[in-house]
Formats: sequence, structure tokens, C-alpha cells
Amino acid sequence: MAQTPSNAQSNTASPDAAAQLDIFRRMLRVERNDDATRAQIRRGRITAPYYSARGQEVIPSTMSHLMTDEDVICTIYRGIHDMVAKDMPLRPLWAEICGRVDGTCKGKGGPMHLTHPETGVMVTTGIVGSSMPIANGFGWASLLDGSKRVTVAYFGDGASNIGAFHEAMNLASVWRLPVIFVCQNNGFAEHTRYENGTSVDLISKRAIGYGMPGYTVDGNDPFDMYAHAHVAIERARNGEGPTLLECKTFRFMGHVFGDDDSYMTKEEKAAAMAIDPLPRFRQKLVDSGVATEEQLAELQTKIEAEVQDAIDFAFNSAPPPLEELRRDVFAEEIPA
Amino acid sequence: MSTDTMEMLKMTGQQAVSAALFEAMENDPKVLVFGEDVADREGGGVMGTTRGLSSKFGDLRVRSTPIAEQSIMGAAIGAAMAGYKPVAEIMLMNFITVAMDMIVNHAAKLRFMSGGQSQVPITIRTLTGAGWQTAGQHSDHYEGWFAHTAGIKVVAPATPADYKGLLLSAIQDPDPVLFIENSRTMFVPGEIAPDQGPIPLGKARIAQEGSDVTLVTYSGMVANCLAAATHLAGAGISAEVIDLRTLSPWDKDTVLASVEKTGRAIVVHEAVRHFGPGAEIAATIQEDLFGKLKAPVRRLGAPYCAVPFAKVLEDAFLVQPMDIAEAAKELRARG
Repeated sequence: MAQTPSNAQSNTASPDAAAQLDIFRRMLRVERNDDATRAQIRRGRITAPYYSARGQEVIPSTMSHLMTDEDVICTIYRGIHDMVAKDMPLRPLWAEICGRVDGTCKGKGGPMHLTHPETGVMVTTGIVGSSMPIANGFGWASLLDGSKRVTVAYFGDGASNIGAFHEAMNLASVWRLPVIFVCQNNGFAEHTRYENGTSVDLISKRAIGYGMPGYTVDGNDPFDMYAHAHVAIERARNGEGPTLLECKTFRFMGHVFGDDDSYMTKEEKAAAMAIDPLPRFRQKLVDSGVATEEQLAELQTKIEAEVQDAIDFAFNSAPPPLEELRRDVFAEEIPA
Repeated sequence: MSTDTMEMLKMTGQQAVSAALFEAMENDPKVLVFGEDVADREGGGVMGTTRGLSSKFGDLRVRSTPIAEQSIMGAAIGAAMAGYKPVAEIMLMNFITVAMDMIVNHAAKLRFMSGGQSQVPITIRTLTGAGWQTAGQHSDHYEGWFAHTAGIKVVAPATPADYKGLLLSAIQDPDPVLFIENSRTMFVPGEIAPDQGPIPLGKARIAQEGSDVTLVTYSGMVANCLAAATHLAGAGISAEVIDLRTLSPWDKDTVLASVEKTGRAIVVHEAVRHFGPGAEIAATIQEDLFGKLKAPVRRLGAPYCAVPFAKVLEDAFLVQPMDIAEAAKELRARG
């Protein structure tokens, strides 16, 4: 679809068979993990707030495929899909969601503040918009290091209306930072429909005002995502500065697990689910001969085993000791 | 040659800050300086405190920023997490309000929320203080907000030696530090050793010894307490002046030892008294020394209003040396 504002270049890169398969693997890992998370919450085994990103799998899966292990992400509370797509291990992720000592944050951050620097998950913020100004700092560090590392800031369409967006986009442009601003436009800012809260039809148009390229991409199409993400990442790596990618998608679930999503119409939800990007891409892989049914079934079995292993690991982990209240406030532990 | 025998230099707090920045950048390539107008192209800061740094250390390590405090703090946090030690300048303390999310929700909490995986070794330098008729949005002392926030240290020096020594420590500290510069006192010359090194955070300084009453203070009010102490000496009252230097974490041991000795305490600060830092300090003194106090602990701070413009109001807004002396005399009169 790629409706592009006037300052955009043409994007033609296309994923080869191996790339398609890797993107699908990440999507499936995200979706299976999300499904298992909701199942565990429904069964009452987890009491954490959960912001499902079901339906948005293509975006971080494609971005992550194109990122190296050195590249980093700053994401938000609805960002577990971004982390799983970045290949964050599931055991510490699940233990954290369950508030256990083996969690990646020792049970002190929870699902809204998951952090895993080894896989480049640097910051997860529960504050709308706040991933962007911090991403700039990682971008500046890349310039200081003389490294090719790029930083991806994930955020939603709602965050494009908060001041942090403006300040961060402006600074990134003035300093030509290697940052890619990836807006996952799922049509709803919490409960508010896009057009009731956002002044332009395309968020990518806002890039023009910051002197950087902006693209509106079909965030449910791995091919369109790949072409634009490729350009944005290469541009950042080559020292040409930041890019805004507006990736259009649809959030299948309500804002937070358990809300009644009465602000969405049944029809639009059904229409979006009818073109669910996951089975659609799966079918395409089979139809085009990239993968066989057997291969994909095997992949799914493997992923489901990984998720189950992580769940078992998490529930066998102990709650954090109370001393943790005095640890990590500062580098030095606070005396009892 | 030891500091005792070395000839002392005369320097202002501002010059001491500048010296600390040069030294820190020279000694550690990870130290960065940035903020509004800090580079030499922009005059090296509106007060000139960072003058010369960008010419010496380059425009990538010393960067002027847009007037966008949220993005300044965000960039500081990200760069710190990537291994740098940014010294971010927020020109005036009131402007910090537009960066509160970055400081309070992120810089202060990322270490804890990540279970110790993230560290944010940033220093936030900011200037404030009444006395220049800059009124309600350019001279507030908001240190109490940050002392109340777990995960960020608050430093407020009063002498040129401390400006340099505490800033050197703040820059090398593994956690975020808010470094408050007081606009009434940081341009006043004072003595400093030419080789002044780091001074540990969290340790108070006994600015003057005394036996009848303890004046607990920091930042610009140290000067007013010392002036009050001089007046009190003439009236036969011996005042001990404690300069906290670091407000969070504050040096309870030094304060409690002093008040145990004198039996009387007055906490003095420029911040508004209502819910101000003095309340925490006074409460701690009374919790720990109940029964040993000869009089109730007093708090002196600004009245519950915005910093006023008119000179007569601004003078009345600030705690003056005679206010402190009068309070000490009242405590002495109680027993």
C-alpha cells in the first residue's frame, strides 16, 4: 500500500525465502507467546496488567529480522511482541511477568518494564511517548562510539500526539541520529479512535515537519514492511539520519486485557481478523513454496514447546526476597 | 605537598564547576556535556560556565541542544545506558518541570525496574535561587521533589571547594545525581585548593563548630546561617552550622551527633517551608533524639507562595540571617 509523503524515496528491497521464513518464525513466536499469556491470565495464574499486541506481529518481526544483535530497541508497555520478535529468551520473560526472582528484572519491573540488554531490549516504558527521547541517547552513543549500531524506538499512534514525539523527532533530525521511529498505528489510542485524537490522516506526514523521511507502510504485510524497514535501517547505518515509519495495523484485543472494547465495532474487528496477517503469511509461504506444511507444523511445535518450558520455569521460580526493596535503588544497597 | 601547606586559590563556585568539568572530561573520555547553549558557538552557556569545553573536547562530546528539556534528559539517559557519563545542563531549575517524566519515571527508576541491569550515571546540573528579581518561574528550589524520589541523589554545594569536589564525585557516581547551583552564592569567590579532588556524596561538613544550637542547612542558606552564627556569637550564643552538601542521601549521623550535643536544632532552607526538606530532617531529629532535646526543632523556609518579584517581597520571601538569629535566641530562651 505504501502511501508515501512527498519526501520519501522509492523502496524496492524484498525478502528472500530465508528472510521470509525468519520473519514468519518471529511472528509465530510472538503470536504463540501472546496466546499462552492470555490463557494463563484467564486461568487466574497471572495477575499482571497485559496489553496484547495480537495482530501487530509483522512489524517487530520484520524490523528484528533486519536488525543485528548489536542493534537495540526502546519499547513500550504494549511491547512484549517487540521483545519476543527480537529473540529475547522466554524463560526470564515469563518469570518476570509472573513476578518471580528468576525474572529478567528479578520480578521488580513486571510486564511493563521488561529489560534484557543482551538481546538489545534496553528500555520498556509504561509512559506513552517516552521510548523516543531515550532512543536518541542510544543513537548519540553510536555516533560517539563510531559504531554502526542502530536504535529502534517503538511507539503507538497515540504517542505521536504527545510532546515527547515532537522533541525527540526534532533532536534526532538536527543531530542526524541513527534512530528509526517505528509507529505501530493500530487505529486506537487506548480507547480513542485515531481520527478523534490525531490531526493528520497519515502520521508519516509529520516527518516532513522534522526534515526526515516518513513512510506509511502496510504493517501487516511483511513485504511492504521489509522494503521500507530496509531503507530506514540502511539510512541510519550509513549516517544519513533518522526515519519515521508509520506501520498501519490493527489491534485485535482491547487496550488492556479484560476491557470490553465497546469502543471498537464488531464489524471492523471481524474484518481485521478475517485478514489476520499470521495465517495469511503462512499460507503465502506454503503457496509460494518457501516452506512446506510439515516444516511449518514442526516450527510451531518447537515454539509451543519453548513457550511451555518458559511457563513451567516461571511458575517453579520463587518470589523475590524482600531485601530486593533495598537493592537496585542505587548501585549500593540501602542498609536495612 | 599537602592541601594544608599549599597556597589556596580564590575562585567562585562557577569557576570551580568549570574546573571540575574540564578535569572530568580530560580524565574520562566517556564524560559528555550538553544542554541549551553550552557549546562555544552559543557562548559556552548563558552564564559562561561551560565556556571553552567544546573548543577543547569537540562538538560531539559537548553539544548545544534545542530548548527541549525532555529530549535533553532522554538523550542523557540513553547515552548513559550505552556507557557514557553525561552531564546534562538544565539551565534553570524551574525548567526541569518539563522533563520530570524523564527524570522521575525513567532516570531514577530504571535501575530498580530492570532489577539492576540498567544504570543511568547522569549528572543534571541546574541553577536556581531567589535574589535577582526573576520571580515565580526562574528561581525556585525544588530539591524536595527529587529527595522524595527514590533512585536519584540530590547535591547542593555552598562553597567553591564543594562545587568542584562534589561535581567530580557526581559525574563518577553510578547513579543519577541532581546537582543544584545556587545563583546568589555560586558567583562569590572563596578559597579552594588548586588540587581539589572529589568530595564524597552524602557527607555533611561542619561549617562552624558551636555548642548551644545546631543550624542544619545547605546551598545558598549556608551563607545566611554563618552570618546568623556571627551575630549570635555577639549575643553569647554558640551556633554550630552544618552544611549538608548532599540532601539525598543526607548525613543523619553528623546531624544527630551535633543536635545531641547542642540539644537545639533549626533547619534552614531556601525552599518553601510547607512540606519542605526541613520537615523530614526535623522529624528524624525528633524521632531519634526525643527526650534529649531542650526545645522543639524549628524549621525556617520560604513562605507558602510563589517567588515574588518586588524587591521588598523577595527579601521577605528569603530566610534572612536575622530570622535565623531570632529563632535561635527563642530556642535558647526556652531552656
